[in-house]
Amino acid sequence: MDTLQAPEESEIPGDVELRLQHEPLWRIRVRLMQKSFKANWKLFKRNKVGVVGLVIIIMFAILGIAQPILFATGVWDKRVYDVRTGNDNRERIAEMTVVANVDDVVDPNTQIDRRRLIAEGKNAEIGDVIQRELKHPWPPDRNHLLGTDPNGSDILSQLMFGARAAFGLGLLAATVTVFIATTVGSVAAYFGGWVDSFFMRFADLLLMLPILAVLIVASSFGRFKLWHLAIFLGLLGGFGGTAIVLKSQALSVKVKPFIDAARVAGGNNWRIVTSHLIPNVMPLSFLYVMFSVTGAISSEAVLSFLGLLNIDMSWGLMINKTQSAGYLLNPSTWWLIVPAGLAVTLLAGAFYLAGRGMDEIINPRLRNR
Amino acid sequence: MTDVQAPAKPLVKVEGLTKLFPIGSGRFRAPDAHLHAVDGINFEIASGESLGLVGESGCGKSTTGRMLVRLMDPTEGSILLQDGDEMLDIAAIGKRDMLRFRRRVQMIFQDPFESLNPRRTVYDTVAEPLTVQRVGTVRERELRVARLLDLVGLAPADTFMFRYPHELSGGQRQRVAIARALVLDPTFVVADEPTSMLDVSIRISIMDLMLSLAEEFGVSYLYITHDLAVARYMCDRIAVMYLGKIVEITSTEELLSNPLHPYTKALLSAVPVPDPAYKRPDVLIKGGIAKAINPPPVCRFVDRCPMATDFCRTHDHPPLEEKSSQHFVACHLVESSAG
Repeated sequence: MDTLQAPEESEIPGDVELRLQHEPLWRIRVRLMQKSFKANWKLFKRNKVGVVGLVIIIMFAILGIAQPILFATGVWDKRVYDVRTGNDNRERIAEMTVVANVDDVVDPNTQIDRRRLIAEGKNAEIGDVIQRELKHPWPPDRNHLLGTDPNGSDILSQLMFGARAAFGLGLLAATVTVFIATTVGSVAAYFGGWVDSFFMRFADLLLMLPILAVLIVASSFGRFKLWHLAIFLGLLGGFGGTAIVLKSQALSVKVKPFIDAARVAGGNNWRIVTSHLIPNVMPLSFLYVMFSVTGAISSEAVLSFLGLLNIDMSWGLMINKTQSAGYLLNPSTWWLIVPAGLAVTLLAGAFYLAGRGMDEIINPRLRNR
Repeated sequence: MTDVQAPAKPLVKVEGLTKLFPIGSGRFRAPDAHLHAVDGINFEIASGESLGLVGESGCGKSTTGRMLVRLMDPTEGSILLQDGDEMLDIAAIGKRDMLRFRRRVQMIFQDPFESLNPRRTVYDTVAEPLTVQRVGTVRERELRVARLLDLVGLAPADTFMFRYPHELSGGQRQRVAIARALVLDPTFVVADEPTSMLDVSIRISIMDLMLSLAEEFGVSYLYITHDLAVARYMCDRIAVMYLGKIVEITSTEELLSNPLHPYTKALLSAVPVPDPAYKRPDVLIKGGIAKAINPPPVCRFVDRCPMATDFCRTHDHPPLEEKSSQHFVACHLVESSAG
């Protein structure tokens, strides 16, 4: 038989052919993927930490999706609930106790000082309870579940918008990070030598950058948009720390005999990197998607808190506005800062927790300990 | 220069094959020394014949195997592979001929747990040589893989084709690896200790499988092993390596019944005998294997040799010479009995 010829049909015993299912390959592969997904899901479910993370992520995803639905169905009026221009100018009356001085006012929503009333031409004795129109920020009530900000916009609506911004930014940044890091890490590990040195020294350089300072300088060249920041963080992570981690993983895969086997089979460098090296680095890459999201969300919060981002609304910006209006550390207006702060912490933490849950699937040694 | 004649027209002819590993070299630094992993070895393998390469760990047998499939580039020497009427020099092969060469020469690896990509199914693994060589259509590849799986004893093929390596036992994985090596119908297969990682109970079935497939596909093996019993079972001829040199090469029966090199004698005396009354002769050699880093120009075995004389300590490593009919030995002290 000529070894350089394709195997001929005639040499194949008929019974083998009969036994082979006439199902196309892609359908078998889809089924295999479903099977492995189910198995992995079972492992993930066993780890409570990962499940908690996933539940929090889903909650925030629902929040983010809910906002446009509330607008579209007319439950929320754009004029009242829009994150920037929304303003509830309805009158809200609250009962207030009259106290002697401004310094005695502990809670401005239930207390008012007498001097102010006198300046407005009204008269009341200390200890009286009067009806008075409430100024924004309003505390939570039926119409505004998380209250309003000093401009009269709804906090819950802003929080929902912020969730969408956080997801968009986090996932885009993480995707860019991991795409670049997987490619760079695998290529550096596989080819070694100068390629390796170049990418790894570049990664060291990026690791040493004071990222916040660089971002502040970069934002001064023109207002940063959210996706600018996402790409920027993605590039920074992708060529930086994540690339180093994924390269070390790729190095451990590179020396496995199945790489040699692929070369003996005739696979060229491209094929070995794409179909042997990268698929074996991928699980760790997915893990780093999770960790990158955490980093991106925190960075965004910092940057928009500093007012360097040009976006309609985000959690960091909510805190920024609270601070610039002078309500930052005022416990009586807790709803201005607690929801946003909690959301940043929770979502960033949730991605980290979900990552830890995935870690157990990828690292069998971590299981049952 | 020695001339090792295989019984028939050689399929593979190795001449002066050498691999030196530089030690202590940097990007801008010349190496301090060289490790002579394989140092100018010659042998031939006839078509359909299996040659066993035996030696302790570190003697260069795996390096030899890896050079034969060009996973490593030789420092010197030529590897000639029969290609029609011509001999193709594997050592100097270019990119263009590489794919064609890959169809002729394949390899079976030692560790079946590491030599299969854990993220690819049995089908993907076995079909990979066909895919990269662009042989046949998807359907043809599927049938070819199914036939191979049947032949290596993974039947019915369709129950094994879309399993992942972690779902298979060690023996089954090695069967998959054998199927992958044979799917392109090669003429020469380098088997690097294919049974040493397997349970003793399944070794024999894998060896029997390899023997029957050798007949069916007409392939020659270079069978690398440290186990003389395995080499005896699998090979027509055996070459014994020590520190990068072949010290003795002859047919299996001759080597076992009439070993001439002191190292071979020592190896044979160390083979366990399943008889409790058996009194093991004193082990002839002492010490452990050294590293061949810039070896001095004397016999490589001289430090451990029980027979070494002053002649051995002052003269270069002996060449491989035919001491009796088709029996080649590299030793100063073995008398020649054949013309």
